[in-house]
Amino acid sequence: MSDEFKRTYPEIDDWTDSRELLAHARQQAKERQLDDVFIVDIDSHISDGGNWPEIMGYVEDPVVREAASAFGNGSKRGAFLNGSEGLQWQNVWGRIPHGQGLKEPVESSELSRETILARRCIEQMGLDYQVMFPNAMLFLGMHPVREMEIHLATAYNRWLVERVLPEDPRIRAMMYLPFNNPVEAEETVRRFLGKPGVAGFLVTSSRHKPVHTNEYMRLYAMLEEAGQVLGFHTHLNWQDEYTSQLNRFISMHAISFVLCNLVHLTNWIINGLPERFPKLKVMWIESGVAWLPFIMQRLDHEYMMRTSEAPLLKKLPSEYMREMFYTTQPLERTNETLLAASMDAMKAESQMLFASDWPHWDFDLPATIWDLSFLDEKAKRNILGLNAARIFDLEIPEKYLALAAE
Amino acid sequence: MSELFVAKAEELADRERRIVVEGALEIGVFRLGDEFFAWENICPHAGGPVCQGRIMNRVNEVLDSEKRSHGYEFVEQDVHIVCPWHGYEFNIRSGAHPGEPKTQLRGFTVAVRDGAVYVII
Repeated sequence: MSDEFKRTYPEIDDWTDSRELLAHARQQAKERQLDDVFIVDIDSHISDGGNWPEIMGYVEDPVVREAASAFGNGSKRGAFLNGSEGLQWQNVWGRIPHGQGLKEPVESSELSRETILARRCIEQMGLDYQVMFPNAMLFLGMHPVREMEIHLATAYNRWLVERVLPEDPRIRAMMYLPFNNPVEAEETVRRFLGKPGVAGFLVTSSRHKPVHTNEYMRLYAMLEEAGQVLGFHTHLNWQDEYTSQLNRFISMHAISFVLCNLVHLTNWIINGLPERFPKLKVMWIESGVAWLPFIMQRLDHEYMMRTSEAPLLKKLPSEYMREMFYTTQPLERTNETLLAASMDAMKAESQMLFASDWPHWDFDLPATIWDLSFLDEKAKRNILGLNAARIFDLEIPEKYLALAAE
Repeated sequence: MSELFVAKAEELADRERRIVVEGALEIGVFRLGDEFFAWENICPHAGGPVCQGRIMNRVNEVLDSEKRSHGYEFVEQDVHIVCPWHGYEFNIRSGAHPGEPKTQLRGFTVAVRDGAVYVII
C-alpha cells in the first residue's frame, strides 16, 4: 500500500502526511531488504491528548465522566490532565513539526485515527508489530489528585482494549498501571490480563514512589506468575529541584529522561527485587543506552565495599542488569566505539529491543540498528524483532519462517 | 553527466527551494539572493528528507563585554535548512552542520542559463 502513496515533495509542516514524511524510511527498508526481517517496534506513541474527548467517554465513575465536560470549553480536551510543559518544547521551536504530534488528516473511516496513523508508520518502516504507549498520560504519576490516575488509566486502558486494539492485530499496547495506587494496579492486571492485544503492563517512570515499597510485592508476584512484561517508561520532570535549574530543553531532556529510570533501576536492584522475582520480565524503556554502563560500573564499584547494605544480592548489580531488558531508543551513536562497548556490556544481542518512539522528535528507524557496523546479522535480527517475539510471546509471520527455511 | 531542469530563475523567490527528482535521486535546489545551491535530499544523520524542512536563520547567543548572556538572536547571513526528521541544521551555502562542520550534505553544481536553473548530476 505504501508503494502506492504518491509523493509530492512539499515542505514538511505540522499537517504533512506521515507517509510523505517517512518515505525515506520505506526507501531504507527497500535498500536494505528489511522487508525480509521480522521487526517489532516496542515503543511508539499514541495521540491520547488528541483522542482525549473520546477517552473520557470510557471513564467509569459517572461524576468524573460528567465533570470532564467542564474542561476544554466543553470539548473535554485535556480534562484532568496535569501539565505538559516539556511536551510543548519537543519540536525544537518549530523545527521538527511531528515533534508536537501528528496533525495530518486521515480518510473518513470506521477505523480509529490512531489505527490509521499506526498503519502508515508500520508500512513505511516495514514493521510487523508496533506497541503503543501514551503521550499526555506520561505525566500522570505526578498528578496531585492521587485517585485521578485510577480513573484516567482505566478509561485509557478500556479505550485501547475496546476501541483501538481490535482493529489491527499488529498493534499492541502495554496497559497503564495506576502505580501510585498499588491495590488498583493489581486490579488493572486482573482486569486486562489476557485481553487481545495486551502486550504487558506499564509504569510511567516520572513519579516519586519507590519501586521497592512493600505494597508492590503482590503486584510483582502477579506479573511474574502471569509471565507478563513490566515496563518502566521514562519521561521528563522539569519540576524536580535539580532539573528545575536546567534552562534549556536539551539539558533537561538529556538528564530527566534518564534520571527517573536511574532511580527506579537502582532501587530495583539494590533492594534485591531480581532475587525476589527472578522470573519477572522487567524492561526499561526510552532512556537510551549510554546510561547503562555508567550505572553498572557505579553500582558494582560501591557494592563491593557496601555489600551489607544490599544483602539480598548474590552477584554483582551489573549481572542482574544483564538479565533485564532495554529498548534501544534514543540510540546515542555519535561515538560508535562507546556505543559498541555499551551494547556489549548489556548483552544487547539477547537483552535489547528495537523501539522507534515514533512520532517523537528523537525517533529511530529500523535502519538505525541495521546499519551498526559492530553488530553481526544475528544480533541485528534479534534486536529488531526476535528478542521481542521471545519476551512478548509474539507470533512470527509465516513468511519469515519460510525465508529462514530457504 | 547530465542536467536536470529545476525552474525558471524567476519562479524561485529568495529563500525558496524546489525538489527535483531523477529516479531515486532527490535534490533540493535553494535560492538565496541571486545565488543557487543544490543538496541531496538525504540527511547524513539518519537519511531524513532534509531539503523538505524549514528554512531558518542560524541562532546565536548574545554576550556582552562582560560575557553575560542576553538571550538569542537570529544571524541574518547564515541561512539554514533544518531536517524535519530530527532537527539537524545545515548552512544552505556550505552544506555544513553549524555545530560539527564535518557533518555535511552532499552537494551538486547548479547552472543558470538563459534565465533557467539546472542542476548537474
